[in-house]
Amino acid sequence: MTGSEPLLDYLGRYFSIVLFIGIALAFGVVTLLISYLVQPKYPEAEKLSPYECGSEPFSDARMPFPVRYYIFAMLFVIFDIEVIFLYPWAVVFDKIGLVGLVEMLVFIGLFLMAYVYAWKKGALEWD
Amino acid sequence: MVEVGVKIVLSLTQIAVVMGVVLLTVMFLTLAERKVLGWMQDRMGPMEVGPYGILQPVADGLKLFFKEDIVPAGANKFLFSMAPLLALVPALIGFAVIPFGPDLTVEVFGVQFKPFVISDINVGILYILAFTSIGAYGIILGGWASNSKYSLLGGLRSAAQVISYELNVGLAIVGVLLLAGSLSLVKITEAQTGWFWNWFIFAPPFPQIFAFVVYFISAVAETNRLPFDLPEAESELVAGFFTEYSGMRFAFFFLAEYANMILVSCIAAALFLGGWNAPAPFLQFHGSLAHLLWLSATIWFAVKVYFFLFLFFWLRATLPRLRYDQLMRFGWKVMLPIALGNILITAIAAYLFPRG
Repeated sequence: MTGSEPLLDYLGRYFSIVLFIGIALAFGVVTLLISYLVQPKYPEAEKLSPYECGSEPFSDARMPFPVRYYIFAMLFVIFDIEVIFLYPWAVVFDKIGLVGLVEMLVFIGLFLMAYVYAWKKGALEWD
Repeated sequence: MVEVGVKIVLSLTQIAVVMGVVLLTVMFLTLAERKVLGWMQDRMGPMEVGPYGILQPVADGLKLFFKEDIVPAGANKFLFSMAPLLALVPALIGFAVIPFGPDLTVEVFGVQFKPFVISDINVGILYILAFTSIGAYGIILGGWASNSKYSLLGGLRSAAQVISYELNVGLAIVGVLLLAGSLSLVKITEAQTGWFWNWFIFAPPFPQIFAFVVYFISAVAETNRLPFDLPEAESELVAGFFTEYSGMRFAFFFLAEYANMILVSCIAAALFLGGWNAPAPFLQFHGSLAHLLWLSATIWFAVKVYFFLFLFFWLRATLPRLRYDQLMRFGWKVMLPIALGNILITAIAAYLFPRG
């Protein structure tokens, strides 16, 4: 490995990242493990009951929740994909000239149409 | 094969140093936050452990380490244990692509080695965005697995908030990418060398000041800090998604939050404030001291990062918490149009007045 070979150099960069991920994970697991070994363990029913301001927990905690959360999650997925399309365009912007600019204006126009539609439909209202 | 071994050892050392610095910074950030908040409220902050309370974080850490990890009855045990790791690991590994100093290459036993960045991959900023998004899973899974109503509500709120502001972060960065023409944080920083007017926050043809404001506000929201700390709004949700967590697992969520604060501060410094570049070239070591450039450069980088961290505390001391509908409306109806408009104007300006 001389560093001048492009593929090896390329893989080498990702190797450091994989190494980092491994070490961060190992740090977490080992810390939890050692803490698990040294900590006291005195479980009892009262202590293990989920916190509910001191009263007995009633009903299942995994209750239904507003569908709003799903709507925002779906809006996020749609818009975030469009944002990701902007990244490669932005990186090569100075090489693609007027054609690239106009094409992306059209794309952002479409983005804006979806955005205005969602706004008018009330999808962006929380209440 | 010797080279591979040397490379692994060098990488390991580098990773250990970066993780050590980040974790130490997190430790003392908790103290710094309490001190800054205290001074802003005309109090002293922690004073008992060590001189001026300097050992408070050590005491807190040790205490949490030896505390019982309570798993509430009815919790999904596997997810409950995994969630803190899922929050912490992405927050740590984001630092892999941050350039802490100049892009030097030294040769150690015949191996090319860059001491100030762990890995200069050409998709750096995308890598960070991808992994910080995984952190949101830790929060929502932790909330769901706890089998507590407060945790579930906190987790849901947090997930909705994080994804809403993630979008704004993504859009705000596009303006910088247009000017820099690269996704690598090393190259983005290098595009800002020279005087401070080359920093992308001031740079011609269109200063990214709007993008910067959108980025920073969204970053505060993404890290669940005040005034956007609704997921853990203690006056209504007890502690939000980590209500049921105790001991080291609780500490991991805490570490993740602070590590994320440092990470977004590093990104803000690198993207908008020139990273390790000084405001003026003569404020770096140069000429006969040029071999010490790395020293002044890392100091400048640290100064910028600490400025942002101080801003986090300052915001917390100053602003009251938003209401949830205000938060979502602000994200989707104010920040998003500003960020989109910034992209349009930057693109047109960059086309009409190309940089160098």
